[in-house]
Amino acid sequence: MSVHFERWNDHCVRLLKHEFVRFKNALVLWAMHPWERDARLVKEALKKGPQSYGVIVEIACTRSSEELLGARKAYHSLFDQSIEEDVATHIHGSERKLLVALVSAYRYEGPKVKEDAAKSEAKILANAIKNGLKKNPIEDEEVIRILSTRSKAHLKIVYKHYKEVSGNIIHEDLDVSDLILKETVECLCSPHAYFSKVLDEAMGSDSHKNTKKGLTRVIVTRADVDMKEIKEEYMNLFGVSLSKKIEEKANGNYRDFLVTLITRDN
Amino acid sequence: MASLKVPASVPPPHEDAEQLHKAFEDAVLAANILFFIRSSGWGTNEGLIISILAHRNAAQRNLIRQVYTEAHGQDLLKDLDKELSSDFERAVLLWTLDPSERDAYLANEATKRLTSSNWVLMEIACTRSSHDLFKVRQAYHARYKKSLEEDVAYHTTGDFRKLLVPLVSAFRYEGEEVNTMLAKSEAKILHEKISDKAYSDEEIIRILTTRSKAQLNATLNHYNNAFGNSINKNLKEDADNDFLKLLRATIKCLTYPEKYFEKLLRLSIKKLGTDEWALTRVVTTRAEVDMERIKEEYHRRNSVTLDRDIAGDTSGDYERMLLALIGHGDA
Repeated sequence: MSVHFERWNDHCVRLLKHEFVRFKNALVLWAMHPWERDARLVKEALKKGPQSYGVIVEIACTRSSEELLGARKAYHSLFDQSIEEDVATHIHGSERKLLVALVSAYRYEGPKVKEDAAKSEAKILANAIKNGLKKNPIEDEEVIRILSTRSKAHLKIVYKHYKEVSGNIIHEDLDVSDLILKETVECLCSPHAYFSKVLDEAMGSDSHKNTKKGLTRVIVTRADVDMKEIKEEYMNLFGVSLSKKIEEKANGNYRDFLVTLITRDN
Repeated sequence: MASLKVPASVPPPHEDAEQLHKAFEDAVLAANILFFIRSSGWGTNEGLIISILAHRNAAQRNLIRQVYTEAHGQDLLKDLDKELSSDFERAVLLWTLDPSERDAYLANEATKRLTSSNWVLMEIACTRSSHDLFKVRQAYHARYKKSLEEDVAYHTTGDFRKLLVPLVSAFRYEGEEVNTMLAKSEAKILHEKISDKAYSDEEIIRILTTRSKAQLNATLNHYNNAFGNSINKNLKEDADNDFLKLLRATIKCLTYPEKYFEKLLRLSIKKLGTDEWALTRVVTTRAEVDMERIKEEYHRRNSVTLDRDIAGDTSGDYERMLLALIGHGDA
């Protein structure tokens, strides 16, 4: 007598494994203190290399000054080094100066702005971007100064004047060859649109596995911060609700966990 | 070790409720006396000002200021400048400010002045602990409604900006762990760049502005062992310029601050330096930190005590204030 069994589909086994790993990663990230989360995310990005440096920009530019300070303290505790020393050691390309400056920032968070300085700084940025072929704007001293030291409120005014000077929104003038610079500007000037884009790309069918990690990272790190605004912006940009898209694209416990996180404020 | 002498009868502000109460009473008494002096004119009783303020530590001074403001509706330090002689008044002002506020004040002043004030920024960035430097950045936000790094970046250019902005933005790891292999390789990098006369090279800046002080010390020791000269000796071999001077001072501040401060005091007292306010600044900023070590270094280097030289170089209330702060007898 022969015994038959129905072998499970290899593809399904793989999917199940991935779903559990994603669920585990999301839970572990969620369980950590935000400062530890951010410190570990930066460390991981440094290990992975240039294609992950966007995560460093994301953390340095979308966190509040106190949150970034917290991440720097956590980094000391976890890795016996400072965040800036690690970033400076691991990054050798043209983006090093900007990234070190961004993780070292402790921006003023009040409303006070300097209108005149903002106007002239918009012109400085416009010129640097226009002359991009002659001199890489990401290494321009003034570009780095403006983007890494000015307060977010001040930068909003700078962007406003930039639009008047060049006719475009600043990140539209930057393309994929200036990806880090583009992400810096987006994170500082329109973080919710930035997060929405990261989420959407993460859920693309052909996305690279690093890009896919953006889904867990953004949801877990923003759930308690500005998820409401991100959901609104996502709807604006893509015409579907974020929850629906996640239900469509993710599976099992992982899906349920993410949806729970983003609907907590309902 | 600090040189501040606080009278035994003044209790430290601590957990004990009775001590807290006594500390508060002391602050109230001090604030009242100061108010009385102020009403008669700050210049009428400098001795009393010195005997109250010079013998209180930072926490006690803060409490006095707080009590003063609550009782009289304005800051103790307001209008101080209108009536006291400039050196004495500056010493009282700087001394009474809370340390992080003081550093923020000094840094802000430095960004508005000329190039010699790059030193002040470097000094604050390199001789304060990581934690204290961050408190300065917080005090800067509160007082000036902008960030320290934004002001430093805006007011400096070229190599000075390249060095100073990362210095004031650093949040160095403060542990004692040292990676010996790294120390060796970074000593090599430093030596290479210096031999190429690339003094403001990114690698030099990276190492000096991001490594922990313990790691830097190890690196510079290896430098000495491997290349026969200390790094500062090598940095003196080329024609001198302001940037090189600042670079050497940076290295000194990060590794041997008491030597840096001794030299600053010596030059200031002998009127050889260009930093006129160095004496006031060093005394008021180090009295509660490492003044005893600085005094030892001063005596070792000059064969006379710092007290003697200050007494010889200054006079009046300014002299008495400085001597009280460096712990000279009983003022």
